[in-house]
Amino acid sequence: MEKKMRKIAIYGKGGIGKSTTTQNTVAGLTEMGKNVIVVGCDPKADSTRLLLGGMAQKTVLDTLREEGEDVELDDIIKAGYGGTRCVESGGPEPGVGCAGRGIITSINLLEQLGAWDDKYNTEYTFYDVLGDVVCGGFAMPIRDGKAEEIYIVVSGEMMAMYAANNICKGIQKYAQNGSVRLGGLICNSRKVDNESAMIEELARQLGTQMIHFVPRDNMVQQAEIHRKTVIEHAPEHVQADEYRTLAKAIDENKMFVIPNPLPMESLEKLLIDFGIAN
Amino acid sequence: MLLRHTKKASESIERKGLTINPAKTCQPVGAMYAALGVHGCLPHSHGSQGCCSYHRTALTRHYKEPVMAATSSFTEGSSVFGGQANLLQGLSNIYSIYEPDIVAIHSTCLSETIGDDLGQIVGKARVEGQIPEGKHAVYAATPSYVGSHVTGFSNMVKGIIDYFAYKTEEVKKQLNILPGWVEPSDMREIKRMLKMMKVKYVMLPDTSDVLDEPMTGKFKMFPEGGTTIPQMASMGDSIKTIALGEWCSKDSAIHLENKCKVPFHIADMPIGIKATDRFVQVVAKAFRISVPDSLTKERGRLVDAIVDMQQYLFGKRVALFGDPDQCISLTEFLVDMGMKPVYIVSGTPGKAFEKRMASILDKKVPEAKYMNGERADLFLLHQWIKDEGVDLIIGNTYGKYIARDENIPFLRFGFPILDRIGHSYFPTVGYMGGLRLLEKMLSLIMDHEDATVAEEKFELVM
Repeated sequence: MEKKMRKIAIYGKGGIGKSTTTQNTVAGLTEMGKNVIVVGCDPKADSTRLLLGGMAQKTVLDTLREEGEDVELDDIIKAGYGGTRCVESGGPEPGVGCAGRGIITSINLLEQLGAWDDKYNTEYTFYDVLGDVVCGGFAMPIRDGKAEEIYIVVSGEMMAMYAANNICKGIQKYAQNGSVRLGGLICNSRKVDNESAMIEELARQLGTQMIHFVPRDNMVQQAEIHRKTVIEHAPEHVQADEYRTLAKAIDENKMFVIPNPLPMESLEKLLIDFGIAN
Repeated sequence: MLLRHTKKASESIERKGLTINPAKTCQPVGAMYAALGVHGCLPHSHGSQGCCSYHRTALTRHYKEPVMAATSSFTEGSSVFGGQANLLQGLSNIYSIYEPDIVAIHSTCLSETIGDDLGQIVGKARVEGQIPEGKHAVYAATPSYVGSHVTGFSNMVKGIIDYFAYKTEEVKKQLNILPGWVEPSDMREIKRMLKMMKVKYVMLPDTSDVLDEPMTGKFKMFPEGGTTIPQMASMGDSIKTIALGEWCSKDSAIHLENKCKVPFHIADMPIGIKATDRFVQVVAKAFRISVPDSLTKERGRLVDAIVDMQQYLFGKRVALFGDPDQCISLTEFLVDMGMKPVYIVSGTPGKAFEKRMASILDKKVPEAKYMNGERADLFLLHQWIKDEGVDLIIGNTYGKYIARDENIPFLRFGFPILDRIGHSYFPTVGYMGGLRLLEKMLSLIMDHEDATVAEEKFELVM
């Protein structure tokens, strides 16, 4: 029986830990024997560093710039941890050009070149997207059914929750005409008071779930210094198990919704109820 | 019936969005035209090739002359990484292959949207030597989602003035004439009038002898005409700037005053009797001269022709569309001749339009409807004409569809005229231009009468 490929995009406020969470989750899925491709959609091109053991990756747009339209798939897809296929879109330097257009160009190019051809037997595609949904380009992974499941990385900090709510507005807009749905919130803990309960409540109000609470652990930083995911660097560590649990939760997830973004007052009330009130 | 779907305005639902058959075109078309009025200048379009092709074509079709312009030839890569590399390479190629003295760069919607900074790129080209010593590059931001071709024209003239005009200790007894976007023939006519008044001037831009060149059998990349660099530099020392047309020339005049302390006067485009009178008066006053008899006689001949033919002009209903500066002067002229400009639209935005039209029309033609901006398009004009017909339509070639469907005489006037010649050779400004407009209008109205009047009313003498 042919299994449908899961197409997942990870969004969240800048600096929240999207790339780290994505790569560790992907490592968890790979460990389970899944065939995964990761598409980094951030001009900084640091979405696959931990899977590749460094940042040697040449980006799609760099290749396009240097070699013209005559690009081959092998030029831009590199094999990472456990056979994961890794791609970085790349983009212009800060302050010039259009990074959003870059993502559109690069995803189109990957499709043209057949990055998802049957022979690869891809089971999971992960799009790791820069910060907030700021323009059409950054919404590219949720347009035209490219990604069908969104997970938002969030913490108990106000601005992270605000960004998550904002991203839900983007999902709501595209969900009405397409197949994109919200799969859940991933709480990447910042050790804020009542964090887990607060994000669970935020998820409830958005109409979704908190799919996993990832505790804060220094092992993540240590693994990053070694350019590795926690699963690769310290497979026995408790933090590695956290990511394995998250990977398993995503693999078994059946809850896909069109979110109901909150008005600003509700968001503030949530913070007061769970934060200041205590 | 090519426009058979157009219904009366009174029977249609009110439009909230959508522009149908706009009465305007892209900013860069105007920027390109302005740049062509500078001697030895090559326009450069910073964007994709299609933009440049379209803008060149629009001008070529109107002027029936080959319009040259270069392009940054954006690819998908340029729109991601920015167009700096293309422009730098382009400038280097242009100066070594075509050898212009000046390159006038304008942006496009694409380069504006991705945020290319022309000032920064041109600065870099100067430092890195893509602009050779002794050569010049000017620039203007011209996104077409703002304003219209008129805005683009104004922006480029301002960019040129900003670069070239400077003030020295010496005061030059000359006037700066900013003619606005008028035909080469009109610029020639304004210069003729200034010569009759023995006034020294610098005109910027000046497309005469550029876009109305005689056939010599030899191709010249940079024709003889156009404002020269020394002339443009001297504009900072002139005694006054006379800026014709608020939309075309006001920003440039203000900029020149701010930069070089040259006082300015904004005058209407000298189309029709009163607007030409005002232009002549302001020139005479600035130069402290009296108006020469020869010019007064030209005026007299125009007034005489209007009086002679008054019975064919009086009360005639006219629909007019075009650019705001032209529309304002022409509306005044029509009213002065006893005609009724009842419908006027212009695609170029600007609040002054309604105010000026109100002052000209509200007392004399209270039934007149006028509108400008993005919703003021040819579809609206046609709906109004369906509501109650007119005797004459005046506007660019795009009006011919309405004229044909409604069987209304049609005077081609404005930009672009793609299907007739004449505008390059015969002016519509000044008293002589007024006479030409009058003759054309009368011929159209009277031809129509000859062709349609009942046999018993058919006249030999008119």
